[in-house]
Amino acid sequence: MARARKTVAEEAVLPPLFRQWFAKRGWAPRAHQLALLAQAQAGRSALLIAPTGAGKTLAGFLPSLVELADMRGRSNRPHDRGLHTLYISPLKALAVDVARNLEIPVSEIGLRISVETRTGDTPASKRQRQRRLPPDILLTTPEQLALLLASADSRTLFATVRRVVFDELHAIVTSKRGDLLALDFGRLRNLAPAMSAVGLSATVRDPDELRRWLVPQAPAQPQMAALVTAPPGAAADLDMLDTRERLPWAGHGAYHAIHEIYDRIKNARMTLVFVNTRAQAEAIFAQLWRINDDNLPIALHHGSLDAGQRRRVEEAMAAGALKAVVCTSTLDLGIDWGDVDLVINVGAPKGASRLTQRIGRANHRLDEPSRAILVPANRFEVLECRAAIDAARVGAQDTPPARAGSLDVLCQHILGMACAWPFDPETLFSEIISTEPYAALSRKDFDDALEFVATGGYALKTYDRFARIKKTREGLWRIAHPKVAQSYRMNVGTIIESDMLKVRLVRGAGPVRKSSPPSRGSSLLNYPAKLAGGHSQPYTGKLTRGGRVLGEIEEYFLETLSPGDTFLFGGEILSLVGIAENEAHVARAHSDAPKVPSYAGGKFPLSTYLAERVRKIIASPSQWKSLPEQVVEWLTLQREVSRLPPADKLLVETFPRGNRSFLVAYPFEGRLAHQTLGMLLTRRMERLGLKPQGFVANEYALAVWSLADTGARAANGLISIDELFSEDMLGDDLEDWLQESALMKRTFRNCAIISGLIERRFPGKEKSGRQVTISTDLVYDVLRRHEPDHILLRAARQDAYTGLLDLARLADMLGRVRGKILHRHLDRISPLAVPVMLEIGREPVYGEAQDQILAEAAEDLVAEATGRAR
Amino acid sequence: MSGGLAINGVACVADASGALFLESERLLVVADLHFEKGSAYAARRIFLPPYDTAATLARLARLMLRYAPRTVVALGDSFHDVRAGERMHTLDLSGIESLQRGRDWIWIAGNHDPDAPAQVGGERRAELRAAGLTFRHEPQAGDVTGEVAGHLHPAARVASQSGSTRRRCFVTDGARCVLPAFGAFAGGLNVRDAAFAPLFGARDVIVHALGRDRVYAVHGSRCLAD
Repeated sequence: MARARKTVAEEAVLPPLFRQWFAKRGWAPRAHQLALLAQAQAGRSALLIAPTGAGKTLAGFLPSLVELADMRGRSNRPHDRGLHTLYISPLKALAVDVARNLEIPVSEIGLRISVETRTGDTPASKRQRQRRLPPDILLTTPEQLALLLASADSRTLFATVRRVVFDELHAIVTSKRGDLLALDFGRLRNLAPAMSAVGLSATVRDPDELRRWLVPQAPAQPQMAALVTAPPGAAADLDMLDTRERLPWAGHGAYHAIHEIYDRIKNARMTLVFVNTRAQAEAIFAQLWRINDDNLPIALHHGSLDAGQRRRVEEAMAAGALKAVVCTSTLDLGIDWGDVDLVINVGAPKGASRLTQRIGRANHRLDEPSRAILVPANRFEVLECRAAIDAARVGAQDTPPARAGSLDVLCQHILGMACAWPFDPETLFSEIISTEPYAALSRKDFDDALEFVATGGYALKTYDRFARIKKTREGLWRIAHPKVAQSYRMNVGTIIESDMLKVRLVRGAGPVRKSSPPSRGSSLLNYPAKLAGGHSQPYTGKLTRGGRVLGEIEEYFLETLSPGDTFLFGGEILSLVGIAENEAHVARAHSDAPKVPSYAGGKFPLSTYLAERVRKIIASPSQWKSLPEQVVEWLTLQREVSRLPPADKLLVETFPRGNRSFLVAYPFEGRLAHQTLGMLLTRRMERLGLKPQGFVANEYALAVWSLADTGARAANGLISIDELFSEDMLGDDLEDWLQESALMKRTFRNCAIISGLIERRFPGKEKSGRQVTISTDLVYDVLRRHEPDHILLRAARQDAYTGLLDLARLADMLGRVRGKILHRHLDRISPLAVPVMLEIGREPVYGEAQDQILAEAAEDLVAEATGRAR
Repeated sequence: MSGGLAINGVACVADASGALFLESERLLVVADLHFEKGSAYAARRIFLPPYDTAATLARLARLMLRYAPRTVVALGDSFHDVRAGERMHTLDLSGIESLQRGRDWIWIAGNHDPDAPAQVGGERRAELRAAGLTFRHEPQAGDVTGEVAGHLHPAARVASQSGSTRRRCFVTDGARCVLPAFGAFAGGLNVRDAAFAPLFGARDVIVHALGRDRVYAVHGSRCLAD
């Protein structure tokens, strides 16, 4: 560890020019900034862990600036020296922001250094020039790096690179994007042998994972980059809202607290209101405006909104023109904007690290504590908020663990490398296994991926003459046609948006309701209205394509709507007019409440760490004194009529309700794991003749209902609850269910696109009439029957197991509770069961209910035919 | 397993696989097999699995066992393109041959396959009249009765409170019928698409949606756009 004690020695590495600049600004270089500089000057790669506001970015660039300032032996004309430093950020906006901030030291110190960004928005002419005459420092994104590396001139372009800086490394490595970046980093290391790397990260659970990521790995000998840690900032001033209102049993709206949230906003300088989903953001935003009698400038920011609108909000924030922004995780990451002095987190924080990061958005000065208030939306969330606050106070971290590199990303990378120049498979393989996520990649998986890229990788070798890449006589793989490279460039990247439809406003509204968020009127009101997605001049033309685009919505959400249905989007109530090609045409609606309440998007799983803390709080009444009275009453009642779920055992309750029998289990393992458990449990109950009818899951519990009396049968020893939950359900049952599941098909589709099996859909290249883009569901069905071990099916299974099913977590839980299941057969619903029971009807019901939909529709026809109208 | 429907008074069985069976004639009808669609994509370097022909043939083989038809009518677009025969695996070619053994087999011409490839046996026809019905590939616009056609790949989206599902389907107004595509890689066109309007006008239609192992008759008004 390189904590800075040897201050004198390290200060020597900072040239006088820089020391003067620090002094002129009234600053002293921070210990971690100097430590990182020392590491770089010794040619070592390093990970810097620092809280927000600790001068992380400057620390990352200082070595480059110092080195570039020393021009001896180099041309002093920028663009003539070759690329020196590459900076990679997960967010386009962050790259642009950092470029702006970097200009300050560069100009104030008087350095002749060129700094440029390169993103999807950079004009083609500039991008071409950047290849020929690169700047000293290039700030870009992982996708742009992949594109640069997939061309022949990457060899010269990157040969001069001395430093690479990965910003927000912790956020990127846990995704497929991180896999792709790791592979490209592997190639970069070979092109730029003199390069050292620095990773910038917020506090993480296991820094060693990131340290390994930053340096080449050797077989069976994990290598690590140096670690530089900045001291933690002042402890956060962290609290839970002690509401005067009645705490809801379920739901995520937190509407009960809206007046209290509004009051806090009013009393702060500037507030960020974080929520977990876009739907929540829309709802909270609308609620705030409903009571915004002071016309406070409150704006909305989430990933579905039009990019231009988001940028306007960001600019207004930076200019200090806003009082509050309601936002999703889009503002979790590091852009420095404005004078935020309060963070309000609505709903459960889901993870201790996520909470810490969000709190960090308030008050970028390290020496002052950040102020944050947690607003739980229901009773269970009270417990989760309590657990998160305790965790944040002791500085616990629960960032997700590192992942094994995925095979579909590998396929994409191999094709990219063939686009650069013909490659030798041995060399490429060693380059790939030098990267952390792929260090354990087997040669067979690599060869399969190569075969896949060449001809689809099928056992039936019929596509050889159509190959995308071919082996030359020298044994090198090269692309078979320039079109292959063209298609690679069109399809690069790992971000698969669900099919999104543009939301276009085609008809304006008449009179605007009083106190609706976006409205016309005074110029003061106009301002936030615009930010919120409002429109100051209603468009009243006929239904054409001419209207304004408000943003994008997932196709699957719109599929559930019929024309005339109303929903919330961009802070407005919109009515669906119709869907035309890839656009949803909408009009402003006059209704007061949207008919379709919400659409999902961006749900985070509850971290295992927090789940455990919540379990412990419930199990130990001595800890209840820090909980609101209403919650204590609720838990006390539970203890009286049933029992409290113990920290190390699984409580299962059964009770009758209506003409159904309910089984409620409390594993506290998060929604995903509970959904998987629900699928498997209902299959097993089906076989036992219990006639399960459906189930719902929330973060804490799972409820299954059945026609047969499960509880009574268990009480009479006819079935065993222990066996119902036995681990062997993870074997054949899982396979059987998974193969047919919609989830697996969706996962397969993503893998098919990332691997390059099928092409992304582009505007203008869309389906025309019935020549539909090939349906990956059909491909999946055929492939699974004929080649169940195909590399793409392996990739999809790997994704499903690790991500969507949370299988490891479910398996852990089932193993842990073996022989420790407490069954309570009750004569009625228990207090603890109320929240999950309230999810029924609110959440989609799972299970194999697809044919049931058809059957219901067919019944209608019978009813009509026999004169019994429904 | 399957549902009954009458086309212009002729009793038929709609099978959950997407085939239509005329008991009286022991005539089995399938539409839009699109053999070798996978390899057609492969020629454009999109490597769909090369098993679609085999998968479609396997489903056809099960129908032969279940219905033992005297005649099989393939309603056009049986082959994805005119060169499909050249690309077809010999095992699949002999698979077709064995299905054809002991029965009449009629390839109706489609827009993808104006002429069935030379590699396969069977009779070639532009259209066929049998049992008082006309079998052709592309349904004719207007008030046509007694027509059995394919070409459009109908699919229906049906919703209830618990969600929605999209399935291939037969669509009929009682006078005529469009069959779902049978091919493993053949996509579906929503019955609410404008392409169906010239066929059925404002008349009520019933869709027979393909379920897991039976066919569900649903009123056309219950079907949603995509």
